[in-house]
Amino acid sequence: MNKTILKTENLCAYFTDEKVLKDVNIQFERNKVTAIMGPSGCGKTTLIRTINRMHELVPGARITGRIILEEDNIATLHPILVRRRIGMVFQRPNPFPTMSIFENVIAGYKLNGIHLPKDEMNQTVEEALKGAALWDEVKDVLHRKGTFLSGGQQQRLCIARALAMRPPVILLDEPTSALDPKATSSIEELIVELKDTVTILIVTHNTAQAARVSDFTAFMYLGELIEFGTTQKMFTVPDHKKTEEYLTGKFG
Amino acid sequence: MTNKEDEKKGSRYERNESIFQWILIVSSIILLLILIGIFVTLPLNSMDSIKEFGLRFVISTDWSPQKELFGALPFIVGTLLTSFIALLFSIPFALSIALFLGEYFTHGIISTILKSAVELLAGIPSIIYGFWGIFVLVPVIRMLQIKLGIAPYGVGIFTSAVILTIMIIPYSASIGREVIQLVPNDYKEAAYSMGATRFEVIRQVILPIARSGVLAGIILSLGRALGETMAVTMLIGNVNKLPDFSVAVPEGFSLFSFHSYVTLFDNILKGFLDGVFSPSNTMASIIANEFTETTTDLQLSSIVEIGLVLFIMTLIINLIGRYIIKKTSVM
Amino acid sequence: MKERTYYRIARDKIFISTVVLLCAISIVPLLLILYYIAINGISAINWEFLFNLPAPVGEEGGGVSNAIIGTLMLVVIASIMAVPIGILTGIYLSENKDSRFAGMIRSTVEVIMGVPSIILGIIAYAWVVLPMRQFSALAGGVALAIMMLPVIIRSTEETLNLIPNELKEASLALGVPYYRTMIKVILPVGLSGIITGILLGVARIAGETAPLLFTAFGNQFMNLNIFKPVNSLPLMIYYYATSPYEQWHVDAWGASFLLAIFVLGLNFITKLVARR
Repeated sequence: MNKTILKTENLCAYFTDEKVLKDVNIQFERNKVTAIMGPSGCGKTTLIRTINRMHELVPGARITGRIILEEDNIATLHPILVRRRIGMVFQRPNPFPTMSIFENVIAGYKLNGIHLPKDEMNQTVEEALKGAALWDEVKDVLHRKGTFLSGGQQQRLCIARALAMRPPVILLDEPTSALDPKATSSIEELIVELKDTVTILIVTHNTAQAARVSDFTAFMYLGELIEFGTTQKMFTVPDHKKTEEYLTGKFG
Repeated sequence: MTNKEDEKKGSRYERNESIFQWILIVSSIILLLILIGIFVTLPLNSMDSIKEFGLRFVISTDWSPQKELFGALPFIVGTLLTSFIALLFSIPFALSIALFLGEYFTHGIISTILKSAVELLAGIPSIIYGFWGIFVLVPVIRMLQIKLGIAPYGVGIFTSAVILTIMIIPYSASIGREVIQLVPNDYKEAAYSMGATRFEVIRQVILPIARSGVLAGIILSLGRALGETMAVTMLIGNVNKLPDFSVAVPEGFSLFSFHSYVTLFDNILKGFLDGVFSPSNTMASIIANEFTETTTDLQLSSIVEIGLVLFIMTLIINLIGRYIIKKTSVM
Repeated sequence: MKERTYYRIARDKIFISTVVLLCAISIVPLLLILYYIAINGISAINWEFLFNLPAPVGEEGGGVSNAIIGTLMLVVIASIMAVPIGILTGIYLSENKDSRFAGMIRSTVEVIMGVPSIILGIIAYAWVVLPMRQFSALAGGVALAIMMLPVIIRSTEETLNLIPNELKEASLALGVPYYRTMIKVILPVGLSGIITGILLGVARIAGETAPLLFTAFGNQFMNLNIFKPVNSLPLMIYYYATSPYEQWHVDAWGASFLLAIFVLGLNFITKLVARR
């Protein structure tokens, strides 16, 4: 099995005429956590949104280049099929308010009209919630609505929802910026555990967080990939001056 | 998953998405068609009287089915009189409610009570206002007319204007309240810190800033008043003539006699009161009264043409009101 | 200087007193109307009143049953036409905030909202009564549907605008197609707001008389056929109130009581639903 699970080749992204990603070539290693960092407007969120084809939801947005997920060029695949193979967790926890916890986890199947036999459904939900370290806390209240959960629990519910689809890659877009420190650290623990089952790409503006959880780090600036390497190298002896300045807090 | 299967799935989703978008657009177009339909139907069905009377229609005071002569002026005048009198009467009340809810008591139980009361007023159907008016308001107006020494009809322009006042207060009050509440606190606090009284802050800070919004609210409630039908129909007296404001010149009038001037002034007052209290008809009420009683095609066509005039009038007023609102919120 | 200040303070107090006074006076008509409806209306209500057909003048025991049924019929007919179109248009407007076409539709809706209801009666007369050559519940329903549309569209659009965008994104990120996202995720979240809009629309049209004068027209008897004229509570109140017969005036108070309870009750219910 190839070490690289996902890579981009000459990926450019546009908002109508404005070029916001410039020839990004990056390779993500299987079962590792890669952090994507940079100051506001550097294109880090745009990058992951091109990967799961959410970028093009904005009218006038488009991409050029290739995105290869395990041999398939997902840049040309139908977006819906791509999104079912890649999970995403957002900055603010967004469980569906009219659905129970159980229904939330299985939402990817239910909403897509994919019918699972009852046993398989229960098993999927249990696995996903265990994977998200939430099972013990909610196993007795699966049929209550998820809105009474704390922020950290809601975010883990969203992670379970993504895990239930068994995607090879999960994208995390600043998943802890809306959470308190305690919830943040439990999510960070979870991320480190999860990499054995999925490959994780995490966008974060918190350099300390990237140092704590990621194996690789990518640094972006003004739409370009400036540097990419192991987290250890990036944080101690980076090649580029800009990388060093950002990681030591001189700007951004 | 082969590429062929992917493509088939992909195009199925595309097709369903398109169907959904089309359903939404078609639904919206229906609204457009309704409006175009209104614009087309009214002139179409008043063609006969438009061709027969032309522009004379809006200045003629004839209304005679036998002679086949029809003119809309009495009803236009009736509409304008009732609406503007109602507008005038409603302003102090609407403004007071707007200030009460928007400035003095924005929260709390008193605010809730008044707010609910105003909403109830807005929710009472027009027919009930009219019905109540017949049995409660008309006797009161009749007594007033006897006191003033004019014909005790009970019904008439003034009575309709009173009921209209009550009915339109909630509209300008609620728009006024919103605009007043939106005035930024910074300006108010600056004025208070200089020792201004509440009244002064209202008069010199809040009202000038909220002025356009309040004006828009007033204009929109005018639009409402112009089109109001049932309550007015039941209280206006159903007389197809211009209100009679004529003033009798006193007999033996002499430029040098003080007594003559007193009598003249008295007669002017009586003429004014006679006119304001006269029974009449509005554009809406003549349609309500005569639509099903028309004897000739020309008469029906004239009634529809009155509807066309009413439609255009309310449209213009509403557009002006909305334009003012748009200008002030863009600010 | 001191006198000027006293003057200003006095003026301030007089002003607020005037404001409060005018507000109090504004409520008086409301209290009077409710009082009269209650006093005169309640005494007219009994079993016969609710379940009998109208009786000829002079006969006892007349009722308003056909008017009650007729009102319900008209509301249902209007809702069947207005609710689907209203919700769909509301969705379109909420999803296309910037498009010029959407702006045009929004203006159209506002204009229709300002058209006097009697004009809509003329329109329904031309579109339904003339071709059919007779008055009908259907024609009345069409006029009322046009009145109901703007209310439903506006509240649907406002409700959907309040729903955070992230919910839509969460569903799309799971690979759910856009149309399913709207129908299975967004609409259920906005359901209570949309229902509120429908109830408000019903409250608005249930009390309308003018557009029915030459569409539904009224009917002495019970009629369940939508292609024939039908009675309704507001129409009945109008005909009875403007008649010279004492007994009919009493019945009109009873009908007003029923109508007021229905309309004001609906408004009250929507407040409760909206609070959730």
